[in-house]
Amino acid sequence: MNSRYEVVIGLEVHVQLTTRSKIFCGCSTAFGQLPNSQTCPVCLGLPGALPVLNRQVVEYAIKAGLATNSQIAPRSIFARKNYFYPDLPKGYQISQFELPICEHGWLDIETRDLGRKRVGITRIHMEEDAGKLLHNDSYSSAVDLNRACTPLLEVVSEPDMRSADEAIAYLKQLHQIVVYLGVCDGNMEEGSFRCDANVSIRPWGQETLGTRAELKNLNSFRFIKQAIEYEVERQIDVIEDGGEVVQETRLYDADNGITRSMRGKEEAHDYRYFPDPDLLPLQVSDTWIDEVRSRLPELPAAKLQRYQEEFGLPEYDAGVLSADRAVAEYFEAVVSLFEQPKTCSNWVMGEILGALKEKNLTIDQCPVTPELLAGILKRIDDNTISGKIAKTVFEEIWITGKNADQIIDEKGLKQVTDSGAIESIVADVIAANPDQVAEYRGGKEKLMGFFVGQVMQASKGKANPGMANQLLKKKLSE
Amino acid sequence: MKISQEDVAHVARLARLSLEAQELETLTSQIDAILGYVDKLNELDTEHVEPMAHAVPMSNAFRDDELNPSLGLDRAMQNAPLSGDGCFMVPKVIE
Repeated sequence: MNSRYEVVIGLEVHVQLTTRSKIFCGCSTAFGQLPNSQTCPVCLGLPGALPVLNRQVVEYAIKAGLATNSQIAPRSIFARKNYFYPDLPKGYQISQFELPICEHGWLDIETRDLGRKRVGITRIHMEEDAGKLLHNDSYSSAVDLNRACTPLLEVVSEPDMRSADEAIAYLKQLHQIVVYLGVCDGNMEEGSFRCDANVSIRPWGQETLGTRAELKNLNSFRFIKQAIEYEVERQIDVIEDGGEVVQETRLYDADNGITRSMRGKEEAHDYRYFPDPDLLPLQVSDTWIDEVRSRLPELPAAKLQRYQEEFGLPEYDAGVLSADRAVAEYFEAVVSLFEQPKTCSNWVMGEILGALKEKNLTIDQCPVTPELLAGILKRIDDNTISGKIAKTVFEEIWITGKNADQIIDEKGLKQVTDSGAIESIVADVIAANPDQVAEYRGGKEKLMGFFVGQVMQASKGKANPGMANQLLKKKLSE
Repeated sequence: MKISQEDVAHVARLARLSLEAQELETLTSQIDAILGYVDKLNELDTEHVEPMAHAVPMSNAFRDDELNPSLGLDRAMQNAPLSGDGCFMVPKVIE
């Protein structure tokens, strides 16, 4: 990257909310249904139809606002954003312009190179989505209005990011928060979390912002990074060649890894916003805000810190376990039953997440419940089974759903701690390996590992390894 | 004049209205008169008056997040000038 220029990035994120019904009517928001099967006079924009605001949408907006340190406006209004496009049946989109529901928020992001940094959130507002255009042949386009009127939050950041990596760090954190809150399913492929990036460059030290290009069609974190990096290089080339960057909308072309100008949309930016007379002003009381605040879940950043401070986990463990709300809740359930957090962490990150990944399951589908897992850990702790046998028990629980004690009983996996039994195995092993015994006694102490291995094998893994070790040492030094 | 013919032509274009030269002239003078009338309001001191967003002194009309039956495909398509495969058909839109 050319070091003569500073990169400036602001992001607009559209978060599709997980309400059952649309923002202004009772049609379903379910994805992937037959085209136009989820429409009514309101979302079709038929004359005379009146929108009525879904209370849950307001509640989700308040939640997202609180979780991003925003101020919730006591009074906000809806506005009409006027433009013509076939996926917008009314000829205007109901959105918020003046007086949005949330303003002045921020998120702290962290990147490896630049450390911690605060990114401002200008505003969060509520709006309806447009329909979908399907380009079916060379003469016509088909319009599906199932998505029209689906509730969205638009989260607008300040132009505070200075690299593609910072932009990604901000987006990942925002994504994690809205999914944690349960207000968005986070599915980027289905368009539940969409991002537009405003990108500009300026010579270092210059105060005023350069002319920006707005990048669209960014539906994965990877594409967003690629598109921003391409666009920065393109703008540097334009300026270095003596040209000027034009303010325009550019579409990311993932197949070729480039951005392309979308011509002819310039005039459409004159939206002539005005308050929508069909919708009453919205008033949010402090009581309502407090009530929503009291139901906020603990957020990932807070969990990350608590896992390190309260549980003494390494930062890496805390990061993995807090990244996904369901995983965090699973882990906390295990710790509440078996109060050795590091051991719980090892098992959840190792066995549980490993097995889930291998079988392509989510933690909600995990057949080994926190109770069942804690059951294994207790039996290791009280020396009923060794750590090695515990893996076998874990696999059996995964398949059968039985608890650890049942499996240890049925399969006879209880660890042998009877010194007489182990002593006789030790004697057998020593008798069977005279050469190694001689070498060991000659000073090759590394062979202890071999002997322990033999004893464990002979006992089918059930001998207590510590006792085996002790007894071997004793016998071999005789 | 409070508004130019260019302004009116621009707004007409945004609203997809096609105006003859004569219409443009008539409309410009009419809109100019309306703006003159609106200007009268500026004589009032509104320094301490909160802007009104709605004519009725009410707020917070909500519905619960519950499903209502949709129209159904046939009825949804009933007024479409052109339809196919359960969709409204429009002239090709070039992205």
